[in-house]
Amino acid sequence: MMHTPIPQAQARLDAFVELQQVTHTYGRGDKQVHALDATDLRIEKGDFIALVGPSGCGKSTILKLVTGLISASSGYVFVAGREVGAEPVRVGMAFQNPTLLPWLTLRDNVMLPLKIVAPFRQEYRSKRRTESRDRVHALHAQVGLADIADKYPWQLSGGMMQRASLCRALVHEPQLLMLDEPFGALDQFTREELWGIMQDLWMTHRPTVLLVTHDLKEAAYLANRICVMQARPGRIIEESIVTFPRPRTIAMSYDPDFVTLTQRLRELIMASRPPKETMQ
Amino acid sequence: MNSQLRRRIASAALIIGFFVAWEVLCLAFGIKDIVLPRPSQIVVTLWQRLPAIWPHALQTVHTTLVGFALGIVVGVFLGALIGSSKLAYDVAYPLLIGFSSIPKVAVVPIFVLWFGAGTIPAVLTAMILCVFPIVVNVATGLATTEPELEDVMRALKASKLDILMNVGLPRTMPYFFASLKVAITQAFVGTVIAETVASNRGIGNLMMIASSSFDVPLVFAGLLILAVLGVALYVIFSFIEDRVTGWAHRKDEFAMG
Repeated sequence: MMHTPIPQAQARLDAFVELQQVTHTYGRGDKQVHALDATDLRIEKGDFIALVGPSGCGKSTILKLVTGLISASSGYVFVAGREVGAEPVRVGMAFQNPTLLPWLTLRDNVMLPLKIVAPFRQEYRSKRRTESRDRVHALHAQVGLADIADKYPWQLSGGMMQRASLCRALVHEPQLLMLDEPFGALDQFTREELWGIMQDLWMTHRPTVLLVTHDLKEAAYLANRICVMQARPGRIIEESIVTFPRPRTIAMSYDPDFVTLTQRLRELIMASRPPKETMQ
Repeated sequence: MNSQLRRRIASAALIIGFFVAWEVLCLAFGIKDIVLPRPSQIVVTLWQRLPAIWPHALQTVHTTLVGFALGIVVGVFLGALIGSSKLAYDVAYPLLIGFSSIPKVAVVPIFVLWFGAGTIPAVLTAMILCVFPIVVNVATGLATTEPELEDVMRALKASKLDILMNVGLPRTMPYFFASLKVAITQAFVGTVIAETVASNRGIGNLMMIASSSFDVPLVFAGLLILAVLGVALYVIFSFIEDRVTGWAHRKDEFAMG
């Protein structure tokens, strides 16, 4: 084995998020799972990236690595030019399960990050709490929740809860937004409606978004760039730039170019799936 | 709420029917009041001797509430400690089960040995009986927080204290209040046990003395007081539970859309 001194890795200045040769392994010994194999990924500030691929391809692992919820087994993760964890970047997250707090109204649920994240924390604690309320109200108005802000989560439909979950992920004006299949549990029509809302939110707030999804149409509708991943070990096998003009519409998804794109993604994923006998 | 009213009437009818049947059967079979006094005799005894019984009842309630309050403090503290991490939960659980399966009557003599007969062993017995349901419920409530929610909080760079105050504790409230209903009755049992074994005051002691002098109606009067007090304490804590954690009982409500 060669023992050359490892030069301190440098983040490239033009990327907001950068993964350099990142691997991640869960567990140890026999139960070790190689979730992510030497992966490079660069995301510009304000970009919208979708990660698609079969189950177990490490999509969610990338999300957690970028958020700092887990650390890389090897390689480097940079956010805003610093190693992840050290950076003063606000992060928002939304999952398939809206995870709203049942004892709080929608308004208070959405306000939760303002109670915790600086500088809003000071604003919330001081007499200026109305500013927090205004912030929440503006967001609610944008996604159509303003009239029901006083309801409790369990009084609402799944689509409404998911809107609130998106609001909670955005209320503290995060530079980085992590979406882990947030529309996965919704019916077709609600999902398409929320794509529109999501696009709208992204275009007004311009966070850097990393979206994990199984839905290729969703990826093509929302993202600027789609990374196709392969499982066991997880790695990015292709990146496609999506050039459809914004704001995109559902009608556009029946455009031949759009269909060709989703078809090609689909074939890539099907081809990358491991043979049947190794699957459980 | 028609069915609820019907249910209440049926409950009341059952209670009244129980006492009527007791009265009638005692009369029909000519059972002596030294074996089983009739409800009417018990009530009369209770009424006539109330001035003598009352201080004992107060003593019992007082002991129970002090033990219960101590139990809440200790129980919430231990529960928060054990529920704070998966590791602590897994490590401490066997010991907790071991302690909770000891018959608590067995510890009264130890307390008497340490603190002498009187109020202190009774308070401690009440505490030790009511502490376990609280610990287990608080720990479970904290330990079962959704992992995604924890991820959301950690992504916000929330401190452990932030997570505990905003998510952990509110989430645990239904578990906590459910445990209080159980715990208050347990504390009551503990008090009476300790008073019976080693005290010179309280309803437990009163019943002990009454039975040794074959004053059976007075024994039953003591039982009746205990039943009434137990129900009253239970009702008070159910009421508080409903007010504080109504969000957890939403079956009657319905979702729109």
